[in-house]
Amino acid sequence: MAEKIVVTSGKGGVGKTTTSASLACGLARQGKKVAVIDFDVGLRNLDLIMGCERRVVYDFVNVINGECTLKQALIRDKRFENLHVLAASQTRDKDALTLEGVQKVLDELDADGFDFIVCDSPAGIEKGAYLAMYFADQAVVVVNPEVSSVRDSDRILGLLSSKTKRAESGERVKEHLLLTRYSPARVATGDMLSIADVQEILGLEVLGVIPEAQEVLQSSNAGVPVILDEQSAAGQAYGDAVARLLGEERPMRFTQVEKKGLLSKLFGS
Amino acid sequence: MGIFDFLRQRQPNSASVAKERLRIIVAQERSARGGPDYLPMLRREILEVIRKYVHVDPDAVQINVDKDGGHDVLELTVSLPDDDASA
Repeated sequence: MAEKIVVTSGKGGVGKTTTSASLACGLARQGKKVAVIDFDVGLRNLDLIMGCERRVVYDFVNVINGECTLKQALIRDKRFENLHVLAASQTRDKDALTLEGVQKVLDELDADGFDFIVCDSPAGIEKGAYLAMYFADQAVVVVNPEVSSVRDSDRILGLLSSKTKRAESGERVKEHLLLTRYSPARVATGDMLSIADVQEILGLEVLGVIPEAQEVLQSSNAGVPVILDEQSAAGQAYGDAVARLLGEERPMRFTQVEKKGLLSKLFGS
Repeated sequence: MGIFDFLRQRQPNSASVAKERLRIIVAQERSARGGPDYLPMLRREILEVIRKYVHVDPDAVQINVDKDGGHDVLELTVSLPDDDASA
């Protein structure tokens, strides 16, 4: 059975698509057969972050409507042959995705022997977000250390425990928190919620902490998921998160302020 | 921390303010979660009825739905003001 992981957040702009792309690449790098699906109907973006935007011919809705086969719509990644992208439709019809249609596609991926299906949820708590999480076995809730994001994450955690297939059959979706855009320096000066603060408020341990870093923007500019930038702190932090998702234990990195030189110590930052 | 930092006036720690606000709102929203959709309306109307007789705060009425075995229990707590004479 393919493990279905939804990447969700409630709030927009916190890094869901960046995270989906990096998790999918990281899992593929570990040799897993992975499909990553963009559920943001009308606002396709995962293809850009994955760097395959010019190879989109068919999309998720085409498959659901039987206008093409799933094989035709899956875009094979240029870096990993075991990684496939299913783009969102650009249609403005909000009802283009249906529960039955999504189930059909997921079942077919299951039958094709995929190990992981990463579902990139749209922002909000509307139908697209609901469909992205409905069949999930695990959820990665992306949260920024900031009041509105934390509150929305709690809302999403509530939905994960009530509006999913697992919840309806009395099981639980395995929930993970992924803290992104974290700035240890601002935490040290007391101007940003710390990892411990977010964990305490939401009652969940973090799967990973991705530091705020310019490489994230550079990577999306280039269409190369940041996890593949192994020099960058953000890329390494995503690598750690993927390893933890696969059951490995790794210490948190990049969560402390880096030691400063004598000059900056004297004159402050 | 630089040696000239004392010259700058530190603002109160904004992260701890954020944490406190979040703790309260998250707890409040969790308690409302999972209950029937009519609860907020029910709460508002009960409050209006009570206010005809006693002057109570808007947040004086607490409504909770608990699961107790096979059935739901609707629990209603109204905190009345200390001064009985105001009734």
